Amino acid sequence: MAVWDWNYAFSILPALVQGLGLTLVATVLGSIIAMLLGLVFAVLQRGPRLIAIIVRGFVEFVRSTPLLVQIFFLYFGLPALGIVLPALVVGVIALGVHYACYTSEVYRAGIEAIPRGQWEAARALSLAPSRIWTGVVLPQAVPRVIPALGNYVISMFKEVPLLIGIGILDVVGRAEEAGDTYFRYVEPYTMAGLFFLLLSYPASLLMRRLERRVGAI
Amino acid sequence: MIVFDGVEKRFGDNVVLSDLGFTVAPGEHVTLIGPSGSGKTTILRLLMCLESVTDGTIQVAGKYLSHMERGGKLVPADEKHSREVRKRIGMVFQQFNLFPNMTVRGNLIEAPTRVLGLSKDEANARAKELLDLVGLGGKIDEHPSRLSGGQQQRVAIARALAMQPDVLLLDEVTSALDPELVAGVLALLRDIGESTDITILCVTHEMGFARDFSHRVMMFDGGKVIEDAPPEKLFSEPDNPRTQEFLKAVLAH
Amino acid sequence: MENLGAWLSILNQGLSNTLIATIGGIALTIVLSFVAGLALLSPYRWVRVISRIYVEGLRGTSEVVQLFWIFFALPVLVGFEFIPIWGGVAVLGLNHGAYGAEIVRGAVQSVPRAQYEGALALSLSPAQRMRRVILPQAVAEMIPPFNNLFIQLLKSTSILSFVFIHEITRQAKEVLVPNFNPWVIQIYLLLLVYYLIMSLAITAVMRMLERMAAVRLGRRMTRGAARALAGTH
Repeated sequence: MAVWDWNYAFSILPALVQGLGLTLVATVLGSIIAMLLGLVFAVLQRGPRLIAIIVRGFVEFVRSTPLLVQIFFLYFGLPALGIVLPALVVGVIALGVHYACYTSEVYRAGIEAIPRGQWEAARALSLAPSRIWTGVVLPQAVPRVIPALGNYVISMFKEVPLLIGIGILDVVGRAEEAGDTYFRYVEPYTMAGLFFLLLSYPASLLMRRLERRVGAI
Repeated sequence: MIVFDGVEKRFGDNVVLSDLGFTVAPGEHVTLIGPSGSGKTTILRLLMCLESVTDGTIQVAGKYLSHMERGGKLVPADEKHSREVRKRIGMVFQQFNLFPNMTVRGNLIEAPTRVLGLSKDEANARAKELLDLVGLGGKIDEHPSRLSGGQQQRVAIARALAMQPDVLLLDEVTSALDPELVAGVLALLRDIGESTDITILCVTHEMGFARDFSHRVMMFDGGKVIEDAPPEKLFSEPDNPRTQEFLKAVLAH
Repeated sequence: MENLGAWLSILNQGLSNTLIATIGGIALTIVLSFVAGLALLSPYRWVRVISRIYVEGLRGTSEVVQLFWIFFALPVLVGFEFIPIWGGVAVLGLNHGAYGAEIVRGAVQSVPRAQYEGALALSLSPAQRMRRVILPQAVAEMIPPFNNLFIQLLKSTSILSFVFIHEITRQAKEVLVPNFNPWVIQIYLLLLVYYLIMSLAITAVMRMLERMAAVRLGRRMTRGAARALAGTH
């Protein structure tokens, strides 16, 4: 039997592309949650002491434990609380919350880099705290951290396959399916790997280029 | 206009100001001089609510800045109250602190529109007027990063004046400037001093300016006012030996 | 909570595999990080290229894909069988070694050029330069990022549950949950705590290494030296 069968490879291509679409959907949705929630975590950690400590504790806990276990925890645990959600929704939430704990650190670094004088001048003008954040601090902090945020989006993209553990048929799930159906594993997994490489490598080059332009943190 | 009463400011074990009391009348120009760490900048920062008093009270225009009256007693002020009273005070910083993500126009209209509730047109008109006053009318749509240090500081002064403050605080506003730009900014401040009746508190090392510009000079050392006199007296015949020492060292070059 | 004893013993049955995978993975990662990292700095172009292909290839593809490829595609291609746990160690080491290579490269390049020139002036051979001057300084820089990388590796051992290796995640999911169904939330929380404790242990070890490295570089005094110098000035 030949090591690589091109006919077979082409025949499973549509299914793999379909799976890749799902991978990308999960990445985009998860990233939106991670970007927004991460910002919330970062701002909260500069707030009242008790809240800052609780948020910090949560963030450190999530960063120190496996994403796969967190996915299982939510998917199998929520129904026990009476909350039943589709697998993709749970998966996206798990990805979003997990990566929010990483993006919050990125945002924090960006915010810390804003000179104190900016805060003081804004206070001297009697600007309301919310306006200081939205008008002065964040517009300066966020653009500088976009390359680092972009790198986390790429990392998330590569961790979406963990969702096959809860039955999501992303590109790797489809590859597994093809392999189990036709008992030929080389083509599907190699192709899945190539898909990842073709998307993530250019993306990371783009982030590196952005980093140089923005003079990143 | 400004009343400090029994003010103490402590950072941990370090007492920066102790039992400080003085008043400033409306329209007065007061310069604070003294060695570093003597507490002069802290006074400005307390007025600006960038720090809070450990003990004592501060009043501005008859209202308590650091405290508020609740049920006939004085309690430490909350953020909202401080912000209200503070609206009458403007500050110009050593490092200018213009907002780089806005144009000059943006910097000037930000607080008047959002805090004072001016309409966009009114704020823009005021901004144009003030920029002409400081001699930068043509730069209204520039970004701060494209301006020289002296220009940025003048914009910062315009930004503070846009709030039409009763009190203006100047914290070593020329110390970060190249020497040839200092004169321009000082001239502008002199104009403002003459043409308005804003109460001005100024911390500076520019003794010549202090002499011309102030009605009163307060010499600080170790967190206390050791001498308080009109410039003619303080600069030529200071009473306190420490003042004499300080002036000799500073005026030597 | 009477079940806790049973849960602990069942999870602990998987603990040895988790630990083997973690420690083996870390060992392989360290080796590959240095080999590939130094190769990236090689004066020979082809060495740099091969290393770059390894680094970008392993970093650019998903670890799950790599796992499945090694477990299901590789045996077909090369025809050999391997004991699953060592296959797992290989995947973990290869994947994290690629990230580690960048850490090593970055740290070596961050050693001030003056050090390199000083060693040159003393006529040290390239190997001596690297071993005696550059690497000791670079290693101190590497420890915090490697701390994060090793914790990542620990967390990745949970993926081995996909290929039927009996580590702790598999024990929790396939053994505990089916048997103790109403306690799903508690079981997964306990599992998370296992990983948390191991993460903290890794960080503790790395902090100790960081202190040792700082002492060797003279940046920090050992307690004995500090005490001895205390009275002087």
